[in-house]
Amino acid sequence: MATSGAASRRPGAASAQAEPPVVELRDIVKTYGRVVALNGVSMAVRAGEVMCLLGDNGAGKSTLIKVLSGVITATSGEVLLRGQPVRFDSPREAQRHGIATVHQHLAIQPLMSVTRNFFLGREPTVGWGPFRRLDMAKARRVAVAEMGRMGIDVRDADQAVGTMSGGERQCVAISRAVYFGAEVLILDEPTAALGVRQAGVVLRYVAQARARGLAVILITHNVHHAYPVADAFTILRRGTSYGTFVKSEVTREEVLRMMSGTEELDALEAELEEFALADQERPGGGGEGR
Amino acid sequence: MAAPRKPRDERLRQVGRLRRFLSRPETGAVAGAIIIFVFFSIVAGDKGFLASRGIRSWLEVSAQLGIIGLGATLLMIGGQFDLSVGSMIAAAGMLFLLPVVVFGWPIPLALVVVFLFAAGVGFVNGTIVNRTGLPSFIVTLAFLFILRGLTLGITRAVTGSTQVSVRAFIGTVDGVVTGADARAVLQETVFGRMFSFEWLGLPASVWWWLGLTLLAAYLLLRTPFGNWIFAVGGNPEAARNAGVPVELVRVLLFMGTAFCASILALLQVFDLGSADVTRGTLKEFEAIIVAVIGGTLLTGGYGTAVGAVFGALIFGMTSQGIFIARWNTDWFRVFLGALLLVAVIFNNYIRKRATEAS
Repeated sequence: MATSGAASRRPGAASAQAEPPVVELRDIVKTYGRVVALNGVSMAVRAGEVMCLLGDNGAGKSTLIKVLSGVITATSGEVLLRGQPVRFDSPREAQRHGIATVHQHLAIQPLMSVTRNFFLGREPTVGWGPFRRLDMAKARRVAVAEMGRMGIDVRDADQAVGTMSGGERQCVAISRAVYFGAEVLILDEPTAALGVRQAGVVLRYVAQARARGLAVILITHNVHHAYPVADAFTILRRGTSYGTFVKSEVTREEVLRMMSGTEELDALEAELEEFALADQERPGGGGEGR
Repeated sequence: MAAPRKPRDERLRQVGRLRRFLSRPETGAVAGAIIIFVFFSIVAGDKGFLASRGIRSWLEVSAQLGIIGLGATLLMIGGQFDLSVGSMIAAAGMLFLLPVVVFGWPIPLALVVVFLFAAGVGFVNGTIVNRTGLPSFIVTLAFLFILRGLTLGITRAVTGSTQVSVRAFIGTVDGVVTGADARAVLQETVFGRMFSFEWLGLPASVWWWLGLTLLAAYLLLRTPFGNWIFAVGGNPEAARNAGVPVELVRVLLFMGTAFCASILALLQVFDLGSADVTRGTLKEFEAIIVAVIGGTLLTGGYGTAVGAVFGALIFGMTSQGIFIARWNTDWFRVFLGALLLVAVIFNNYIRKRATEAS
């Protein structure tokens, strides 16, 4: 069942076969001196698909994302956009090609308003030359409308983003990326700092972005957050890809096992059982009398 | 989508209005300025605080501080400090007057040199902060000493004195032979009038203050660059990710503080007809105090130009008010320190109100 990587993985993929994936990584290698962070990782994401990139800490998720978002360049390997090889030398350039990255902590200005956050770096202006000024009316209107399309009711366009809930903050960044024409949306641990309900809010917008035809790459180490929204999983372990799996082919538990390594998880389970046994062996416990 | 939202909108808008008023960064400074004004009007109103000469005196002090406070405010919103402002005042004043008086430079040339120098100091400060990632506190502290030392050293080497005065100088300024009233000759030049005019009974410094404040407020609130200043101070990494040229914004802000210091230096030089190497001592701290009392957050990302106006007014009214009331002016600094503390605590509270999820 573990059909790895390249082969025809998707039911109904035949019709989409004519159109190349929106974004594809081929044999990406990244080394830092003697440290091999990524060792030949491949992955492809189509429009309207949520690809979940899973891996434990140090598996190479962040490195892969940095390659894709133009923060670093790969030592070897190719990045293809709609079948065309591309090379990004800066995050700006990746953005221009329609790749938007939403970082967990690095996307939002908590002290600035929703509107100003939404348009940061791409402010709409009116006027000419030195009299070019912010078109705040348009900015407010668009920000509120776009947030509305994602299902968030912005009460006050001048409200500081810091007053919003954690999930809503992520959504400002997501809807901003969608509005500015991103085709590929990379979400780096968007639910890591959030509670169950807030994570649900974010995951709903991930589904919204997919419905609007974006290729979404969702990075997480929380399978429970990823499983409901993902269409496919790519699992990274120690810098290599363990394979890409379509959701219909794997269960949540299988994904979890592959992610952390079956042996290690089994070993952990055995160890925990021993603890449980040890607890049973001393009924009542010895601690209370003292 | 709009229909079910309507009733909720109405209810929240009312809460929002109160909250918005309380969460404006300048609220505290406006209230403080009103309290101080009323206080000195009562205790010193009959001694001249409200007379035109009195008003002129505290407005002028406020204006001088307000000009450098404005530069400090923009820079602080951008997340940095500039402690070289005070030394820059002395350096700019001397760099202008010494060549004019000693070498007979034309005034326009000296002005160009001063502003180029200011841009250069801002560029160096900003670039070192950008490249090293060191706190600007340390970098500009170094330039506090370097600039002051250079000014002192060069002035003494060239003139054998620590002061250059147009009064002691018989020669030509812009082709006009100076006589006993050299200061008037200096002020009568085209650029001299720009920095020493009087209008509606108020000195040039007040008008410069007003003009620069309007410019800064416009810049902050109505231009993309203003948006970038807030972002660079609030979360530089996020700003960079959004495509804001973080390094450029910082360098321009450091140029701004040096520019404001130069404007103040020129106002003083044309007013007094002299430049002195000790001028501007401790002004860097007063500029920061003005910014903080004005509601700008020490950690950056939050503040207003209008707040700095009221911060400067509080400072100016208090220093001159104590003097006009004929109290012992020794106590002014005690008051100033206490005021700074209160302002920071108050700002912190306001910021929490403004930004924490309800």
